[in-house]
Amino acid sequence: MIDLLGYTFMQRALIAALVTGVAAPVIGTYLVQRRLALLGDGLGHVAVTGVALGLLTGFAPTWTAVVVAILGAIAIEVIRERGSTSGDLALALLFYGGLAGGVLITGLAGQSAAKLQQYLFGSITAISVSDVWFTIGLAALILLLGVGLLPQLFTVAQDQDFARVAGLDVRAYNLLVAVLAAVTVTIAMRTVGLLLVSALMIVPVAASQQLARSFRATLVGAVVVGAGAGVGGLLLAGWISVRHDVSVAPGPTIVLLALACFVATWPIGAWLRHRARLRQPFPEGAVAPLEAADHDDHDHGPACGHLAVPHDDHVDYVHDGHRHARHGQHYDEH
Amino acid sequence: MSAPAPSTGGGSAPVVELRDGAVAIGGRPILRHVDLTVRRGEFLTLLGPNGSGKSTLVRALTGLRPLTQGSLSLFGTPIESFREHHRLGFVPQRASAASGVPASVAEVVASGRLTRRRLLRPAGKADRAAVASALAMVGLADRARDSVATLSGGQQQRVLIARALAGEPELFFLDEPTAGVDLPNQQALADALGALSTTGSTVVLVTHELGPLAPLVDRTVVLRDGRVVYDGAPLQLDDAHGHHHPDPRRTDHHPGVAAPLDRTGEDVDW
Ligand SMILES: Nc1ncnc2c1ncn2[C@@H]1O[C@H](COP(=O)(O)OP(=O)(O)OP(=O)(O)O)[C@@H](O)[C@H]1O
Ligand SMILES: [Mg+2]
Ligand SMILES: [Zn+2]
Ligand SMILES: [Zn+2]
Ligand SMILES: [Zn+2]
Repeated sequence: MIDLLGYTFMQRALIAALVTGVAAPVIGTYLVQRRLALLGDGLGHVAVTGVALGLLTGFAPTWTAVVVAILGAIAIEVIRERGSTSGDLALALLFYGGLAGGVLITGLAGQSAAKLQQYLFGSITAISVSDVWFTIGLAALILLLGVGLLPQLFTVAQDQDFARVAGLDVRAYNLLVAVLAAVTVTIAMRTVGLLLVSALMIVPVAASQQLARSFRATLVGAVVVGAGAGVGGLLLAGWISVRHDVSVAPGPTIVLLALACFVATWPIGAWLRHRARLRQPFPEGAVAPLEAADHDDHDHGPACGHLAVPHDDHVDYVHDGHRHARHGQHYDEH
Repeated sequence: MSAPAPSTGGGSAPVVELRDGAVAIGGRPILRHVDLTVRRGEFLTLLGPNGSGKSTLVRALTGLRPLTQGSLSLFGTPIESFREHHRLGFVPQRASAASGVPASVAEVVASGRLTRRRLLRPAGKADRAAVASALAMVGLADRARDSVATLSGGQQQRVLIARALAGEPELFFLDEPTAGVDLPNQQALADALGALSTTGSTVVLVTHELGPLAPLVDRTVVLRDGRVVYDGAPLQLDDAHGHHHPDPRRTDHHPGVAAPLDRTGEDVDW
């Protein structure tokens, strides 16, 4: 493991994975809040055309991908705003158009499929120094805007009408999120590949919102999961590759690790929500108490193991479908 | 001014001034020839049956729906160039405050402070205090850290009211804020709005059910079919809603239905 970290290509890859893992879930959180979880996927497919254009024209594919993905993001926003086609359908059109265009143009350019594959499935260990700087720069931009404008972006996604009355330029903020999503797609392209880009944006949010009760907590949790999965997945893939002399792709490993986080948090979240619901205080006031008939030998108390729920100025103990509260020498049904 | 001046608030500057306003949605005229002047400190209720255009009027007054005709000024500024959004508060007609990601009650209410915060600056002490007091006013102080999705419908409605209160607005639009809110909390809201009203805030309230808010009202406007049919002293809700379930054979043009609410002395063309 230690020797693995000695390679400079591995150090570059680690930085890229960490930075991408931090930035992608920030934008992912806003996409999930606006119920546009698949937007990243649509933009990923559009970016395929961008990469192909780069291969065809000889420009750096990363830059052509950024430009085409941003154009795609603007197109989706315009279609959504016009409301003539449902957002759902607009996304589907981009999905297929982007992918088909990309494959077609790559063929025209006479490039082998292997070249495109690098972008489809990621090639984080082949990342160059300038790519690392590019990734860091764009991630910093995403963090600055995504975190700095959190109150505005949150409000716009939460309630557009209210945001408009509050004087926010809803269209500009919607466009900003779409463009930042496009930028995220292109930086995550090198890490996990265009086909899995959306996973790195969305899956950490899905995991984090299992445990969080607030937007901020969801965002922070998603960043932690994303960064952990990015670095952890890369190291895991490297370790397995070296140890067993096979080739394990880092991109899918990163995504699977993030999914594992979701699988792990899901039952915990379900249990926490269940517990919170049970422990929520009973509403104030009560129907006239009734003496509990079947309560001879058991004495309720903090240590008795029954669910204790606050009720007005006392505690009701819940068991077998009853709410028992002490009343002098006996228990009442509340 | 074509419409007769309303009875209250004589002399002070108009906060809302809508002249000959019309709104069309998708080419279909919804509001027509609406004149409405609201003066500082007034507490006005908008009444009318479902679909009569109350929400559309409120949305037009907040700038959410463009006028197809007529002119609107808020605080003396034409709506096109109005930028003092911190002076407005808005509670939309809505059931849910939830969205795709969990959001805490405090976060939703804090978004009401945006109009008073600068870009890229963290919330200050005054912001937090305003959020806390808005939550206390609607009786949800102890739920501040809970996710709004876990609140009941009426509690979510109260969150939206608190969000508008947090901005400390001078002109308050509430579209059926008490739908689904129980009586004690309607009373709490009435107290909060009463306090606002005595500090000189102006309130425009859409409702089907005044309840504890009734004593605060000092002017009533009744809409029917997109036109103002009454503008004056508070009415009993029964008067305004007598037509709530109209006989299907009678139309709104039947003078017998409209008679008690007609603006007398004005040529209404039915
Ligand atoms: N988004 C919309 N698209 C098309 N028509 C609309 C839209 N919003 C409102 N309308 C129409 O405008 C008219 C007035 O609607 P509005 O929502 O203002 O009524 P309202 O008085 O608020 O009713 P309610 O008491 O049910 O809230 C209705 O006939 C409605 O069909
Ligand atoms: Mg309405
Ligand atoms: Zn017990
Ligand atoms: Zn009890
Ligand atoms: Zn018991």
